[in-house]
Amino acid sequence: MKYVILIYSNPASREIWDSFSGEQKTAGFAVYAALGEELAASGELIVSEALADSSLTTRIPAQEGQALTTDGPFAELKEQLAGFFLIECESAERATEIAKKVPEAPLGLVEVRPVLDLSGLEM
Amino acid sequence: MSLATPEVEGLLRELAPQVLGILIRRHGEFETSEDAVQEALLAAALQWPAEGVPANPKGWLITVASRRRLELWRSEVARRRREQAAARLAPPAPEPAPAVDDTLTLLFLCCHPALTPASQVALTLRAVGGLRTAEIARALLVPEPTVAQRISRAKQRIRASGADFGDAGEPKRHLLRMPPPAERPQRLAAVRQVLYLIFNEGYTASSGSSLHRVELTGEAIRLTRQLRDRLPGDGEVAGLLALMLLTDARRPARTRPDGALVPLAEQDRGRWDARAIAEGTALIAETLATAPIGPYQLQAAIAAVHDEAARAEDTDWRQILTLYELLRTLAPGPMVTLGWVVAVAMVHGPHAGLDRLAAAAADPALAGHHRVDAVRAHLLDLAGDHRAAVDQYRLAARRTLSLPERHYLESRADELAGPAGQSPT
Repeated sequence: MKYVILIYSNPASREIWDSFSGEQKTAGFAVYAALGEELAASGELIVSEALADSSLTTRIPAQEGQALTTDGPFAELKEQLAGFFLIECESAERATEIAKKVPEAPLGLVEVRPVLDLSGLEM
Repeated sequence: MSLATPEVEGLLRELAPQVLGILIRRHGEFETSEDAVQEALLAAALQWPAEGVPANPKGWLITVASRRRLELWRSEVARRRREQAAARLAPPAPEPAPAVDDTLTLLFLCCHPALTPASQVALTLRAVGGLRTAEIARALLVPEPTVAQRISRAKQRIRASGADFGDAGEPKRHLLRMPPPAERPQRLAAVRQVLYLIFNEGYTASSGSSLHRVELTGEAIRLTRQLRDRLPGDGEVAGLLALMLLTDARRPARTRPDGALVPLAEQDRGRWDARAIAEGTALIAETLATAPIGPYQLQAAIAAVHDEAARAEDTDWRQILTLYELLRTLAPGPMVTLGWVVAVAMVHGPHAGLDRLAAAAADPALAGHHRVDAVRAHLLDLAGDHRAAVDQYRLAARRTLSLPERHYLESRADELAGPAGQSPT
C-alpha cells in the first residue's frame, strides 16, 4: 500500500523553528535527511519533498470558469502544508511508525493517509 | 524502454534463471552474478533485435554475463584491497556448465523468509523472471530507484542470513542448495505467496494505461507453470495455477474501456477467455481428486464455479457456500468472511446475509475493514432497501482504498438514488 505522510506547520511550530540556533537547525535538517535515507535504503520511499514558504503560494480562485491567480500569503490559515513523504510499505501500522519519526509528530502536525490504488472487488 | 520483440523478450526471460544458475555454480556470489546477468540481458535486449539473435543465445548470455561478472568482481576486489580484506579472495576456476535446472532453487532463494514481501517480489521478477529493473518499476507503478533499492537490500539480507546457505567458510556455491527437507513446506508456502502477490499486483493494476507495461499476471502465470512443472505433485501449486488461470480469464470483461469496474454479475461472459477457463477447470478438478485440499485449491474451485455459469443467474451458489465454509475453517480471514457472507445472501436471501455481516463485523478481525460497507450496500441493494443502500454505497465510496471501486460505488449510489436523489437528504 502507498501512503502519504503530510507534515504541517503552524504558528507555534514556526516559532519553535525560528528560536532554534544555527546548530539546532542543522541538526533538524539532519533528522529529515536521515529519515529519507532510511526509507530509501529500505525500499519504502517513493518521493519526499519540502515545500517552499507559504508566502510563495499562488492560489487559483474559482471565478465563473475562468482561472485567475492571486498571490499568497494566507496568513489566516493556521496550519500550512510544509512537506510530504510518499511511501510504499506493508501496513498502515508501519506507515504510522514511520510518521512518528517526523520531528513535527509530537506537535500533532503530522498525518498519514492511504493513497487509492487500482485494486477492486468484482462483487 | 525496450526495443526487443516479444520473441526476444520471451527467450531472454526463459534463459535468465538458467544463465544465473550457471554463473552462481561457477563462481559463487549471488549478488555479483545476478547483477552481471541483468546487464547481459540488457545488452541482449538492445543488440539482438538489431543484429539478430545469436546462434547460441544461451552461450552468448553466459559469455557476456561472465565477462561482466569478472569486471564487477575485479572492482569489488580492488575495493576490498583498499579495505585490506582481499586476502581470501582468489579468482575462481571456471567449471563446465552442469546440465541442471536451478529455477526452483532460485525461486526458494528469492522468496527467502528474511526478505520483505516487496523485496521478494522485485528479486523474483528480476532473478527468476528475467525482467529488467525499469520494467519491474513500471509494472509495480513505483520509481526505478525504489525497485533497485529493494533488490540490493534483498541481496544484502540474503548474504547476511548466510547461515542458511552454509557458513562463511564454505564455498558460496552452496547458495544453490535446496532448503533442508524440514523447512521445505514453509519455504514453498512463501514461494506460492510471492507468486500470488505478483499476480495480484498485475490483476489490480490492469486498468488504465498499460502500454509498455509488462503484464504481471502473465508473468505470474508463467512462473507458476514453471514451478508446477518442477513440483507436479504439489496440490497447492496446482491450485494456485488454476486460481490464476480462472481469475485472469475474466479480465477482458472486468473493466470498461474507461477503466470502470464491472461487477461479476454484469460482466459480458462472452468476453471471458474460454481456453483459460477450460484449462483451469480441468486442472482444479484433477487436483481436488488427487491431492490433500488447501486454500488455493478452494479459491480456485470457487472461481471455477463462477466461470462455469453461462449466465450470472445460473451460478451454483450452494456449491460456492459450501466451499467458503471449508475455506473459513482452513484459512480464515476478512476477505474470506466477506465472500462467505455474500454466498449466504445468495443462497438464503439478503437478510440472512445482512445478519451474518452484522455478527461478523463485530469481530475485531473484520471491524473497520474498508470493504464491510461495500458488502452491506450490495446486500441492502439486493434486499430492495434502496434508500439504505444509497447511504451505504456512499459511505463505502468514501472508505474504499481503491479508485475503480470508488467510481463503481458512487455510480451505483447515483443509479439507485435516481435523478431526484442525487443529493441525499
